[in-house]
Amino acid sequence: MEQPIIQADKLTKRFGDFVATDAITFDVARGEIFGFLGANGAGKTTAMRMLCGLSTPSSGRAHVAGFDVATHPEDVKQNIGYMSQKFSLYENLTVAENITFFGGIYGLRNPVLRDKREQLLARLELEHAADKRVGSLPLGWKQKLAFSVAILHDPKIVFLDEPTGGVDPFTRRQFWNLLYSAAGQGITVFVTTHYMDEAEYCHRVSIMVDGRMAALDTPRRLKETYGAASMDDVFYTLARGAQRGE
Amino acid sequence: MSFIPWRAVRNGVNNTNTVTDMQQLALFIRKEFIHVLRDRRTLLILFGMPVMQILIFGFALSNEVKNARLVVVDHGRDLATAALIARLDASRYFEVEQVALSPPALEATFRRGEVKVAVVFPARFYEQWQHGRDVAVQVIADASDPNTATTLTQYVSAIVYDHATEQREAQALPYGLRVETRMLYNPQLEGAPNYVPGVMALVLMLVCVMMTAVSIVREKETGTLEVLLVSPFRPVLVIVAKAVPYLILSLVNVGTILVLSTTVLHVPVQGNVLLLLAESILFITTCLALGIFISVQTSSQQVAMLISLMGMLLPTILFSGFMFPIENMPVPLQVIAHAVPAKWYYIIVKAIMIKGLGIAAVWKETLVLAGMTAGWLFISVKRFNIRLA
Amino acid sequence: MDAIRVENITRAFGKGQAPAVDGVSFTVGEGELFGLIGPDGAGKTTLFRILITLLLPDAGHASVGGHDVVRDYQKIRSTVGYMPGKFSLYTDLTVEENLHFFASVFNTKVSDHYALIRDLYEQIKPFKDRRAGKLSGGMKQKLALCCALIHRPTALFLDEPTTGVDPVSRKEFWDMLGRLRAEGITILVSTPYMDEAARCDRIALIQQGRILSVDTPAGLRAGYPHPLYAVGGAPMPALLQQLAHHPQAVSSYAFGEWAHAAFTADPGAAALQGYLRDAGLAAASVQPTDATIEDCFMDLMKRN
Repeated sequence: MEQPIIQADKLTKRFGDFVATDAITFDVARGEIFGFLGANGAGKTTAMRMLCGLSTPSSGRAHVAGFDVATHPEDVKQNIGYMSQKFSLYENLTVAENITFFGGIYGLRNPVLRDKREQLLARLELEHAADKRVGSLPLGWKQKLAFSVAILHDPKIVFLDEPTGGVDPFTRRQFWNLLYSAAGQGITVFVTTHYMDEAEYCHRVSIMVDGRMAALDTPRRLKETYGAASMDDVFYTLARGAQRGE
Repeated sequence: MSFIPWRAVRNGVNNTNTVTDMQQLALFIRKEFIHVLRDRRTLLILFGMPVMQILIFGFALSNEVKNARLVVVDHGRDLATAALIARLDASRYFEVEQVALSPPALEATFRRGEVKVAVVFPARFYEQWQHGRDVAVQVIADASDPNTATTLTQYVSAIVYDHATEQREAQALPYGLRVETRMLYNPQLEGAPNYVPGVMALVLMLVCVMMTAVSIVREKETGTLEVLLVSPFRPVLVIVAKAVPYLILSLVNVGTILVLSTTVLHVPVQGNVLLLLAESILFITTCLALGIFISVQTSSQQVAMLISLMGMLLPTILFSGFMFPIENMPVPLQVIAHAVPAKWYYIIVKAIMIKGLGIAAVWKETLVLAGMTAGWLFISVKRFNIRLA
Repeated sequence: MDAIRVENITRAFGKGQAPAVDGVSFTVGEGELFGLIGPDGAGKTTLFRILITLLLPDAGHASVGGHDVVRDYQKIRSTVGYMPGKFSLYTDLTVEENLHFFASVFNTKVSDHYALIRDLYEQIKPFKDRRAGKLSGGMKQKLALCCALIHRPTALFLDEPTTGVDPVSRKEFWDMLGRLRAEGITILVSTPYMDEAARCDRIALIQQGRILSVDTPAGLRAGYPHPLYAVGGAPMPALLQQLAHHPQAVSSYAFGEWAHAAFTADPGAAALQGYLRDAGLAAASVQPTDATIEDCFMDLMKRN
């Protein structure tokens, strides 16, 4: 069997007495769309930071793309893409300038960078907008562009932090089509969301409650286990008992 | 319609009365104080800065020189040179050392950096002077450090001229040409008196303009200003409530500076302290108006801070006259200097504090400053929107 | 009398820019819980700011509680409660200080209308001496709502109170709004989450500054113009592709584990199943379904 692309083993982060992430253990396979759910303050962000090599675990281990996040964070960063709702692109740079900048950060050089840029613009049908400032684009376009930029350097994994917040229903679905096609190319998608219907689109879903991983399975089996009609109900059943807030 | 006159606002709201207005205002002001007192960084800037600046400008940046080694080469060896040497030695600027060196030997000591300034008296000094002939005291200074050299030669010249003048008066000689060159107001040629008024202008500018602007813009950023605007609380009172704490804190700063100036720098207030405080309140109001104006024009704290620094502080340093004399500037820059409120305040403070003059001497400057204050206050209150955008 | 009246309100920012709010009209009844539903950038916040007198409309009229939003803005300001989208408390003041400050700003005392906020405030009271900046997201939101309610407003304006909030906290928040509605307070709330529409008495769907529809949630769903089927049991991409190729297909979108397929004329469940089986999707299950708000929104968006 192929080695999992993400392996977390009792991954823990403490801030003083506070255990933000409490010994979570899980694997994610290559090309999987992995939904990472949890209430505000359940420890999702902390866990994601550790997996991205931005924060050192207090105890436990995690391997991402084959590298230990504690000892080789730079190698981890070279192999992942990241996109969040809050920051993704520079609003006052044009579409083309953003692509060039972020491609450059990950070591892409011409002519590869130029080819990638043309492909990306063509795929998103944004050729006409290449010289427009990103700030002038509708939100939906920005999010799609941000995702495409995040996977420009062909990372093994892409981490998405609430990528579809506030986006209209059409764009939301188009966005998920992009995720499916990325997964089809073998890019692992690690995504957080507050839309429970989107949880159903994931291959597997984990739900964190109070720093621990309360559930991890396919959406279908989770619904069976909890006798719930939708992921919304599953989430509610598990997270209702949460003791701590953000 | 961006500004509703006071009376219209009063008539528009029927459930307010003066008492609750005042209570509201008091609560609001209290809140502003809490903001300031709970933020260590603000506190440090607010109270640490005046102290730092006074000390830095008063000591570190002062071009005053103390106990410099002064070499005297006395070829005269008579009554007059003895008296002058004694006088130089008595001043706290110099430690006089008499040597008999040839010109080349003297130059060598300069080269070795052992001495910064030397005074050479010619032979038959007293005799020539007595007979009214042209007699010169040669002052040689190491000009590789031009500031120190200038200062030292000025000190020496001042002492020599003082002495010469006294001698002439005592002997009732008919020519009193040099009397006017005595150093008025600052006979010791100390640096501090010039800096204290400048630092006051600088500190008030910083505290009032920057702090006020930032504190209003911060409420824009956090969204609280929206909520305040959507309340019966009058926008005008928002301005007043924002301004009052900084007015008070600025006065505390003025007090701190004056106390430090008197005790540490030995530069007391020669004139009327109350007049000085009144003029300070006028200048603080100008600054507050400018701060409010900046806050109206900007929507992020960083921009507000940048504009305050570049647009207010820099002109204050450049054009108020305490770092660079305005008279020496080209005419266009002099015109700009006239528009800088700090320039007028600096003149006023110098007059009251150092020269000990009264309102009669500074009423013109006060009037200019008052006019500026009224203008900026009008503009900023008018621009302060009761709505967004 | 209508609590809120909006007539042809238009507002643009800057010349040559498309209006943020474009000829919007609707009314909100006394004591109604009214939802303004649409994605980010639809014009919700601009419309809110016009109604709470923070922005002037370029054209059109609006009134709140019978007061004109331009002329009688002072009267509106003393009677409405407002919670902006971004966090709007003083982070360096404690919970209690925030509450007392906003009470005084609204010419009232905390004790005057304490009954209204009791349920809410009791939950955060244990932290009353904590600075607001150190509260959890959920508690901040409760405190902000307390502050907006402290003067017992007749109308409450909540701009995207649940954005970025997890589903459990969102449910709690809407339960709370239900209780306030029972107190007779008119509530206008905006949200990008379509599933929250069901909690409102009536909703307006808004997109690119224009109202797509104003109706009760049930009325809106009943008014969905096409026969609609939920199709599942097969891989989603294949399903969507086949459904889109159906000769009578109007649209087919993923809704969780189901695909919602709309048709110009009812193909019948058995026939649709047969069509999918012929296309090699034998495992697909087909059943008629009711349209959700999101189905309606997408349908209206497409038609506009």
